[in-house]
Amino acid sequence: MGYQLSFTQVWRNFYRMSDGLILSLELALISIAIGTLIGLTLAVLHVSSGRVVRTIISAYVEFIRNVPLLLLVYLVFYGLPTVVNIAYSATASFVVTLSLYAGAYLVEVFRSGLDAVPRGLLDAGKAMGLTPWQRLLCVRLPTMTRITLPALSNTFISLFKDTSIASVIAVPELTWGAQWINNRTFRIVEVYAVATVMYLVAGYVILLGLRMLERRFRVER
Amino acid sequence: MGQLIDAIVYAIPFLMSGLGMTLLVSLIVVALSLVIGVALGVGLIYGPLPLRWLIRLLTDCIRGIPILVLIFAVYYGLPPLGLNLSSFWAAILALTLFKTAQVIEYTRGAVSSIPRGQMEAAKSIGLIFTQRLRYVIFPQAVRRFLPPWLNGVTDAVKGSALVSLLGVVDLMQAINQVIGRTYEPMPLYILGALIYFAINYSLSSMSKVLERRYAYIKE
Repeated sequence: MGYQLSFTQVWRNFYRMSDGLILSLELALISIAIGTLIGLTLAVLHVSSGRVVRTIISAYVEFIRNVPLLLLVYLVFYGLPTVVNIAYSATASFVVTLSLYAGAYLVEVFRSGLDAVPRGLLDAGKAMGLTPWQRLLCVRLPTMTRITLPALSNTFISLFKDTSIASVIAVPELTWGAQWINNRTFRIVEVYAVATVMYLVAGYVILLGLRMLERRFRVER
Repeated sequence: MGQLIDAIVYAIPFLMSGLGMTLLVSLIVVALSLVIGVALGVGLIYGPLPLRWLIRLLTDCIRGIPILVLIFAVYYGLPPLGLNLSSFWAAILALTLFKTAQVIEYTRGAVSSIPRGQMEAAKSIGLIFTQRLRYVIFPQAVRRFLPPWLNGVTDAVKGSALVSLLGVVDLMQAINQVIGRTYEPMPLYILGALIYFAINYSLSSMSKVLERRYAYIKE
């Protein structure tokens, strides 16, 4: 079977994919930012509250973690507007979904991070006369941040890959850009080859950057 | 309310046949990836250097691209190259590639957690390589392997939802089809989510039980 590779059409429409890659990165970045807020709040609540709050948080975490992301995307985009009176664009809807998704994974990350802060540090804070809030903000959270950094960067990379699912609701990210070019030029092999390389290179560059950051802030234990 | 119940009762048979497809896809993927992944995982540790590089490159590439792109690339990208797969087998192939990369990592983690002395001791009593694996390494490694692997099976079940995008009528696609007829998106998505949840939650709970059961081998 002689298949002639021809990248001309792919390069001509390349902006669809490069713009898409940037949107993918933005989606992942916004989602991990909101997800961190959700995760951190719930993790602090989880370690400091009673059984009822803990059960509710666990229910949220387990629900999100055990349902396919695709279904969550559909649920938020097609399902939610029929029940509550809200209207949002596909992109906004995906950000909501991915943030909730990231939040559920990050609760666990932060919770184990908070537990990993050495008891002695907190006792030392108490001995210095810090209030519980000061102990949380000045001792526990900074230490936890450094401990959880590797897990956070792994979550970011996997969120970046998960943004490809946004293509099913026509958010113009990288995978959607690839499909756009496919539908018009039928250079399927070339388009997916280029898209794959873009995902790999972007993911690898992010990974290298984050690993450098991790080394800079590593906790000696 | 009555209308809602009617819609759900109407949906049940479709969802059940879709669920059958989801379970079938997951089962095939999990079985294939287990066999291939363990074999390649052993190759990654004990194989000659070029083989190790090859396996490392393969797993890193597969883990670096989104499953969705992998599925589309296999389904749409292979036919022009002369390999025609039905949507079902294209989905199986893509998901198996993805899952195999995971199993290789689990295997590598489990086997390399066994102290080196075990291998040396087995060598010194004269066991050949396959015997060393079978009687010494695997029986110990399996306790490290099972909990994360079982938890990873949920990834196969969740990933199988993506086959709906190739037109395979799995649970996800069945839900969408029923919604296309009843115009009741929210209850059906929630019902579907609960079905996925039931499957995956029991798998991850089992994984936690196993993990606790094997906690004693932590050194």
